[in-house]
Amino acid sequence: MGEKSSAKSGKGFGIFVTFCAMFLFWLLLSGILDVLHVGAGIICSLIIAFVSYDLLVTQKWDKMLRKSGRFIIYVVWELWQILLANFDVAYRVLHPKMPIDPSIIEFDTSLRSDLAIVTLANSITLTPGTITINIDQEKGRFQVHSIAQKPADALLVDKTMQEKVAKVFMEE
Amino acid sequence: MIEPDMLTIFLATALLIVVTIILALYRATIGPEVYNRVAAVNVIGTKTIVLLVIIGYIFERPLFFDISLLYALLNFIGTLAFAKYLERGEVWSS
Amino acid sequence: MVELIVTILLVVVVLFLAAGVFFMLAGAIGLLRLPDFYTRLHATGKCDTLGEVLIIFGLLLYHIYYYSPGAELSVQLVPVKLLFLICFIFFANPTATHAIMKAAYNTGVKPWKKGDRRM
Repeated sequence: MGEKSSAKSGKGFGIFVTFCAMFLFWLLLSGILDVLHVGAGIICSLIIAFVSYDLLVTQKWDKMLRKSGRFIIYVVWELWQILLANFDVAYRVLHPKMPIDPSIIEFDTSLRSDLAIVTLANSITLTPGTITINIDQEKGRFQVHSIAQKPADALLVDKTMQEKVAKVFMEE
Repeated sequence: MIEPDMLTIFLATALLIVVTIILALYRATIGPEVYNRVAAVNVIGTKTIVLLVIIGYIFERPLFFDISLLYALLNFIGTLAFAKYLERGEVWSS
Repeated sequence: MVELIVTILLVVVVLFLAAGVFFMLAGAIGLLRLPDFYTRLHATGKCDTLGEVLIIFGLLLYHIYYYSPGAELSVQLVPVKLLFLICFIFFANPTATHAIMKAAYNTGVKPWKKGDRRM
């Protein structure tokens, strides 16, 4: 992330988006609409936008719009998986014999960008029976702790989640 | 004014959350290693966020929501700093 | 008609609160019952996240019923604050779980295998 060409072309847009996000957050927290409060909010948001515009926006805006559209569809699927995961964990915890068989597995992915790796890691942690331990960003290697054999197979054999995340961020 | 029925339900929810906090506190007290304790303290912190939101509705003070937002941010940063310290022995690595 | 809608809304709110409390209790029991550090984080990382989000979402629905349109702006903004809180919990809770787990794994805490003694 942070190549010079993309940073230069998107600088004005980055400042604008950061300013809008910061100012909306200010309005959300204060909720008072007089000259003093709104003026202080504008000044603070401008300072923050000029200092840290390259943290929030790192790509061209049309690419980001398409990505966020696909990301929302992915989030809906993810919410359903989270519900399944919770019933799974509640079943394992409340079962008198506790059917668990923990193991640590490793697998490689083709994902490289920060946002894609964070999304996949958090999705793995929230979906049934697996938690991310270590990530090697250079090789795209994930180390995952799984609570039983079945969720480990879902990551190692089926690879549905990796494919979905790769489709969202278009890194096949 | 808040209705008596909903007040009872909110009070029951808050009490059950306090019960889960006490269970997590037991793990934080005996918990064999330092990592068990950190995990339990993190869990107590996230439960406190929800407790603050419910208290905001019970006492009808919207200010509690700001406090819970602040508490969520502080709890997250505190846990991250603690994990980093335990892993490397220092928080600021140059 | 309005009374019927209000009743349905309140029932939905109570259902959300009950589901959230159930998942949080399951997470707390898992924190006590499971055999070692890594498996305990499975219980807390998933059940607590969904339980808290369900409870806050139920309270958000209750807020729609509770406050009339004539209230102050800071009171009317509360559902947006709660939505932000939900998004933040979904982002922050798995990250905190992952951070603690990575620290434990890299400093050499042994994972529990089937048949070992409880830790």
